[in-house]
Amino acid sequence: MQEALRFLSPDAEPVDRADFIEQARLAWRSSEAPSRGLPLTIRGLRKSFGDNEVLRGIDLNIPAGQFVAIVGRSGCGKSTLLRLIAGLESIDAGTIGFGQETRPEDVRVMFQEPRLLPWARVLSNVEVGLGRERASPDAQARAERALAEVGLDDKRGQWPAVLSGGQKQRVALARALVSDPRILAFDEPLGALDALTRISMQRLLERVWRDQAFTAILVTHDVSEAVALADRVLVIENGRIAHDIHVDIPRPRRRGSADLASLEGSILRELLQSVDEPPDL
Amino acid sequence: MSSVESLPRVRGLRLPHADGLVQWIVPLAIVLIWQIASETGLVPARVLPAPSDVALAGWKLLLSGELARNIWVSFWRAATGFVIGGSIGFAFGLANGLSQLSNKLTDTTLQMVRNVPHLALIPLVILWFGIDESAKLFLVALGVFFPIYLNTLHGVRSVDPQLIEMGRIYGMSDGELFRRVIFPGALPSIFVGVRFALGIMWLTLIVAETIAASSGLGYMAMQAREFMQIDVVVLSILIYALLGKLADSVARVLERLTLSWHPAFQKH
Repeated sequence: MQEALRFLSPDAEPVDRADFIEQARLAWRSSEAPSRGLPLTIRGLRKSFGDNEVLRGIDLNIPAGQFVAIVGRSGCGKSTLLRLIAGLESIDAGTIGFGQETRPEDVRVMFQEPRLLPWARVLSNVEVGLGRERASPDAQARAERALAEVGLDDKRGQWPAVLSGGQKQRVALARALVSDPRILAFDEPLGALDALTRISMQRLLERVWRDQAFTAILVTHDVSEAVALADRVLVIENGRIAHDIHVDIPRPRRRGSADLASLEGSILRELLQSVDEPPDL
Repeated sequence: MSSVESLPRVRGLRLPHADGLVQWIVPLAIVLIWQIASETGLVPARVLPAPSDVALAGWKLLLSGELARNIWVSFWRAATGFVIGGSIGFAFGLANGLSQLSNKLTDTTLQMVRNVPHLALIPLVILWFGIDESAKLFLVALGVFFPIYLNTLHGVRSVDPQLIEMGRIYGMSDGELFRRVIFPGALPSIFVGVRFALGIMWLTLIVAETIAASSGLGYMAMQAREFMQIDVVVLSILIYALLGKLADSVARVLERLTLSWHPAFQKH
């Protein structure tokens, strides 16, 4: 309840009742329920594509249920790191461990493109996410629940071709969630969306993460998104983790608030320092 | 479906079913002009018989049962040849699209054979098969093989690799990946191949029947030519056109049924 009590102190920002309740709920949840997410341990990870060494030794400990954002310039290796975690690329050296298991099957991924099957209806697309449990009798019910979670259960019988970009990404999110994953990887999932849709999707992602308590790894080029959503921001430069920043700002975080903006500013300064730009942020 | 507002206008009138009728306006107009030209002597009968004469000849043949028999024989040859050539072409297309080994082994050979005009092989075919059914079937199958092979191959190759990656991540087996991602993804291309193949099927059949047959539409046309029955010749040509159109329509219906998900087929 510490975080909730902070709000009652005189120098705290004025906050409305809904925020307060939200905050109290979150504090209660995090102290009561252990996360069902998987922890992630990476040691000495290296990856090269031909002559190009993209990752030069990554060491990382992510506790269960943490929301980690990975930012960096294009080509810094952040997507490669995500793809290695998801098992889409082969490791050149080093290890990735998920708690007890070395490679669980349930790392779900959400990409920048929705990657929906255009020839299957929305519900069927969500059922794809169940993996080998696709044939089980409750598959359809689970898919419907996942669609309801993202607010699209009225679209279950539609073809993907009639959905907007944001709606397609929400279906992709439902597909990633339907199997109750314990670790979810997001590879710039909101990059193709317009600014307003991006904000509402960020809220959706945060809500879903809080409700389902999986470990979340978000790769994004948008530092403000990273700071708004994550517990921890990793800045990758030249294939290594250059900075590891904990975001202690209590949730729900308000866009445009001073502490978010200053954190974002300092991270951007770090990112832009490697290019010769005057530090005028 | 229709409120009156949604009906297409045809020369200022709103008619039900006008949509299906509009496409026949031009052909009917041509027939009408042709009839008038023949009756006024503008087009002499020995150059081009009037539509009424053609229709009469058709009626006579229908009554004698000859027309129905010949159409049936031609249709059977075309369909069988299409199925044979199409299945083999489809199988090769899948194999070469999915397997590098298969592609390396067979594609070059197939491309070489493709560039031989199959109709030029007719004398050779007659030598090998005689003039019985297998000769015609072989020619039709050969003609149909290539469009279907090429378009199936292209369809399989051009399935979005991102979808395939997605399928793998979500635990699809190879069989599931094929059934749910690769084959449906290749279908639009395959249909293009089917429509091409249908055109080639008719062409091949007509030529083959003209040269080496004792039954069928092509044979009927050839006989008519021998006996100077120009009206029957014209009739045959018209029947080819109609049957070709029918085949294409069937293909389009199938396409619309299986590709209703495609953005191009969405009604907005």
